[in-house]
Amino acid sequence: MEIIANGIRPDHQVILDMIEPRSRVLDLGCGTGDLLHLLARDKDARAQGIELDENAIYECVRKGLSVCQSDIESGLAEYPDGSFDYVILNQSLQEIRKVFFILREALRVGDKVIVGFPNFAYIKARFSLCWGGKAPMTPSLPYRWYDTPNVRFLSISDFRGFCTEKGFTEERSCFLKGQRKISFWPNLRAIDAIFLLSLRKAGWPNSVLTTI
Amino acid sequence: MLSGVFAPGEKQRYGSRRNVMKSGLKKGSQQTIPEDTSRSLGVVETQYYTFAGPPGQMKLESGETFGPVTLAYETYGELDKEKSNAILVLHALSGDAHAAGFHKGEKTPGWWDAMIGPGKPFDTDRYFVICSNVIGGCKGSTGPSSIDPRTGKPYALEFPFVTIADMVHAQRYLIDFLGIERLLCVAGGSMGGMQALQWVASYPERVRSAIPIATALKHSPQQIAFNEVSRQSIMADPAWRDGDYYETGQPERGLAVARMIGHITFMSDQSMEEKFSRRLKNDRFSFNFDANFEVEGYLHYRGANFVKRFDANSYLYITKAMDYFDLSGGKLINGGAVDARFLVISFRSDWLYPAYQSQEIVRQLKQKQVDATYCELKSTYGHDAFLVELEGQTTLIHHFLEKTYRGERNGNGNHR
Repeated sequence: MEIIANGIRPDHQVILDMIEPRSRVLDLGCGTGDLLHLLARDKDARAQGIELDENAIYECVRKGLSVCQSDIESGLAEYPDGSFDYVILNQSLQEIRKVFFILREALRVGDKVIVGFPNFAYIKARFSLCWGGKAPMTPSLPYRWYDTPNVRFLSISDFRGFCTEKGFTEERSCFLKGQRKISFWPNLRAIDAIFLLSLRKAGWPNSVLTTI
Repeated sequence: MLSGVFAPGEKQRYGSRRNVMKSGLKKGSQQTIPEDTSRSLGVVETQYYTFAGPPGQMKLESGETFGPVTLAYETYGELDKEKSNAILVLHALSGDAHAAGFHKGEKTPGWWDAMIGPGKPFDTDRYFVICSNVIGGCKGSTGPSSIDPRTGKPYALEFPFVTIADMVHAQRYLIDFLGIERLLCVAGGSMGGMQALQWVASYPERVRSAIPIATALKHSPQQIAFNEVSRQSIMADPAWRDGDYYETGQPERGLAVARMIGHITFMSDQSMEEKFSRRLKNDRFSFNFDANFEVEGYLHYRGANFVKRFDANSYLYITKAMDYFDLSGGKLINGGAVDARFLVISFRSDWLYPAYQSQEIVRQLKQKQVDATYCELKSTYGHDAFLVELEGQTTLIHHFLEKTYRGERNGNGNHR
């Protein structure tokens, strides 16, 4: 993902803006810890990561972060309810098989959950499939059909429907095309989506426009 | 008797433990820390501290009281003014207080010299590193081979049973004596890891961080079984004489076999294949029961070497202490909030202390919301990896300690 002027990835900036200072944050699939490092540095967060890759863990420890090696699906089990203010699942949802289980667990362990994923219904992906007749490749879906780690191909509308069905409340959302925030027809125009979820009772229904 | 099985030149071939490991390392790409004498501590000396003399004897976990106790210890680096940079390094079953540097006139450095010294992960330019021999040991600390002041003879089996908690209790006397209120870190592998865990369980307020490596909250039946076979091997040797052998010579055959069993469990199938395969010592079968395969010669050599430096009764006492150790079921973090940070390390090919046992530690830490880092390092060296697999450990320990020393939590303030 591209990097904006201050060296922060746009999706990281969005997540940074969603998190209250001095929160307890767990990043599931934290990679080399770039986001957690920002959260610790700029938001005074108490940061904990979960990551499978050994070399990525070295990078995290170099940044002074605490990380437990585990896959995402078994990494949450031992944490007591409400251990964190936020659990982050950024760019890893599409690689998970037990989506509902993980989100339910994340909302048990954390008060709020932040989910970021590539939008499969982005207009270029639609064109690629519709007119090119080929599995789409976009900036956020850069893989070819035979080497993608993704097992879930979802759109913003799909995810909203899923949240409604499962009783997850959308507290906030943000849609990106590069550094640009997309508020009009995001399901068609946005490359990435970031949702802030909770288990609180739903407020206003989602805007009709954003579900197109 | 055992030394009779050695072919001339064998000693040279196997050399010391370090040399064997180093030659093994050359095959892989893991050896990234070159032998650099400028980063050595140079000549170091063992010191002794005696405490708990009557009437103020030390209370043991068994309920017995015992004293006086002497601990052999070494220190490296300088204690800072605030006494905030002290690290206690804890040795494994057969280790001692000599963790780093060289004893005068010796060519082999301490057992963790690769990790302790100027510019090394336990950086003696920055930290004050302490290592002591455990109570029950035979390397200068009070143990079954020490003289009982009441009788003027070695304690032998009159020595009381000691546990890992007793070892840590004795170390606490030493830390008090050195005037250190809170240790920056307690760190060790295998039984050293058990002591690190016990420190947190016994004295949580006195530990800022812990690094348990290749260890467990408790021994599994398999681990107890290996220890029991080792003990039986010692006790089955007629020279053991119910532990009363200090005038007649120690049960060398039994102790050597015990150590041979140990060495099998320290290696992995793959590391043994790489080191020995089925190679023969003299390129053909001898058609007798002498050591014919290289692996046999290696085990014999290890066994014979061990009996020269280790007391059989200490082996019995210490293995029993390891078997009794059990901090499972929430006993590691008992009571309130523990603000110690943890770095837990395991090795993929370690089948003596498998990774699931380290994950069990991490599970307890997660349940108690303790700040934890865990990594299972890729290594083919089995349990030995904690002494020889340096690259990953170096990175993790160096940065973990630096972070702890800075006294910050995740780059922020110090809430909680």
